[in-house]
Amino acid sequence: MNVSVHPNVMLAIGGILGILVVASVVVWALRRARPGADLGELSSRVRSWWVMVAVFTVALLLNRAVSLAFFCLVSFLAFKEYLSLIPTRRADRRVLFWAYLAIPVQYVWIGYRWYGMFIIWIPVYAFLFLPLRMVLIGRTEGFLRAAGTIHWGLMTTVFSISHVAFLLVLPRSEAGAGVGGPALVLYLVFLTQFNDVAQYIWGKLLGRHRAVPTVSPGKTIEGLLGGLATTVLLAWLLAPLLSPLNTLESLSAGVLIGLAGFIGDVVVSALKRDLGVKDSGSLLPGHGGILDRLDSLTYTAPLFFHYVKYMHY
Amino acid sequence: MLRLLFFMLIVRPVVLVVLGLNVRHRERLPSRGPAIIAANHNSHLDTMVLMTLFPWGVLRRVRPVAAGDYFLRNRLIAWFALRIIGIIPIDRSGSTPRERLLDDVVAALQNGEIVIIFPEGTRGEPERLQRFKSGLYHLCARVPEVPVVPVFLHGLGKALPRGEALLVPFFCDVFVGEPLPWCEERDAFMQALAGRMQALAAEGHFAEWE
Repeated sequence: MNVSVHPNVMLAIGGILGILVVASVVVWALRRARPGADLGELSSRVRSWWVMVAVFTVALLLNRAVSLAFFCLVSFLAFKEYLSLIPTRRADRRVLFWAYLAIPVQYVWIGYRWYGMFIIWIPVYAFLFLPLRMVLIGRTEGFLRAAGTIHWGLMTTVFSISHVAFLLVLPRSEAGAGVGGPALVLYLVFLTQFNDVAQYIWGKLLGRHRAVPTVSPGKTIEGLLGGLATTVLLAWLLAPLLSPLNTLESLSAGVLIGLAGFIGDVVVSALKRDLGVKDSGSLLPGHGGILDRLDSLTYTAPLFFHYVKYMHY
Repeated sequence: MLRLLFFMLIVRPVVLVVLGLNVRHRERLPSRGPAIIAANHNSHLDTMVLMTLFPWGVLRRVRPVAAGDYFLRNRLIAWFALRIIGIIPIDRSGSTPRERLLDDVVAALQNGEIVIIFPEGTRGEPERLQRFKSGLYHLCARVPEVPVVPVFLHGLGKALPRGEALLVPFFCDVFVGEPLPWCEERDAFMQALAGRMQALAAEGHFAEWE
């Protein structure tokens, strides 16, 4: 175990485990109260949460190399899920292989804390190289669609998600609790995921007006606002524990995560609707695929990272 | 022993992490032999994926039927195919009399083993279902009591098609069907198998791949 884990981080992880215990008890109580009800999806959803939290916690606390390898694996799984979902060209096999190779390299830059390379590796070098590789293959039919879709996938599943990993290698800040990267990762990931859950619950309780009916009919304005309020409150409560943010900054961070999380969610919904699938995969029972779980994070991670970086680093 | 290590250290990590499987109706797989698994064939990975579906205890009783001319073409590959994978070689050259061709497969089934067969006979064009050859019918005629479980595979031809050495990761689908009832009428039996496969294929949503 990493000896330098800040006690605040342990406290926060304890809190998350507490929430999971409550969720499991609620599922158990629902099952006792209504024996005939179909709770299969809800209970497998909670069970998957346990697995995800366990894996995430171990990966975060063990040491930096393990943490980076974990985020690299997450990007790989998400990119693979994306490529398995979208139409691809048989001729592009080697192009896809090169695109996969960009993933570990991106995380190596993070390991060296080489910010300049981290921030241009995919938007500049991968962006310029992959079309060149496609030209060498020589098939022009469907060229733009292939180049565009492959790069969109890299940006979403690798570039965006890798911002969580760069948050991890940020040094301890002067301000606030003086906690380091792992605390910021926890702050971002917990708020993003809890925002999803809160929007869902508020939507179930009060939902009336659909927010984006043609993209995601289940999303409501009430759910969005309820989730946003919950997230702002939690962002403010947790900031002294896990971040260098002051009161005003943490309230803004809450608004940022709440709104960006919603947008990431509906953007991936639009993608799935376009492709005619309900779930992006079947990796996480009760949730769907890994993209179904990462959707909000693809928006919150880069936005929150640059917000914190601008304010404090 | 070497076989178990190969599957534990190489095949499972590659199949489950590099590729990743989406298995439907896993409970329809036979938990013990004798049984025949009939799958469509797109890639060398097909055999590895099908063998990965079985628990360790059953794995050593799973035997893929494979072309002798291809897998016994030199001593190294032959050693690997026979000892590590555990194939039952089939002679496609025509020098073995027809009625003796399936003797080894029948013996394996009588021995309670699970046999994997690709009725298309070859990998062919990736992700295109070809006409099934009637070898499976002739096998079943000799052991009509053995269940035939159809399995539809998708995505492995994208990951590693024929003639390619570079593996490109994709999630792959494995849909297990209900056992096929035996029928003495050859055409009816083969049509029933083709129908099962098409029904399984229709369960999935597959991204376009040209």
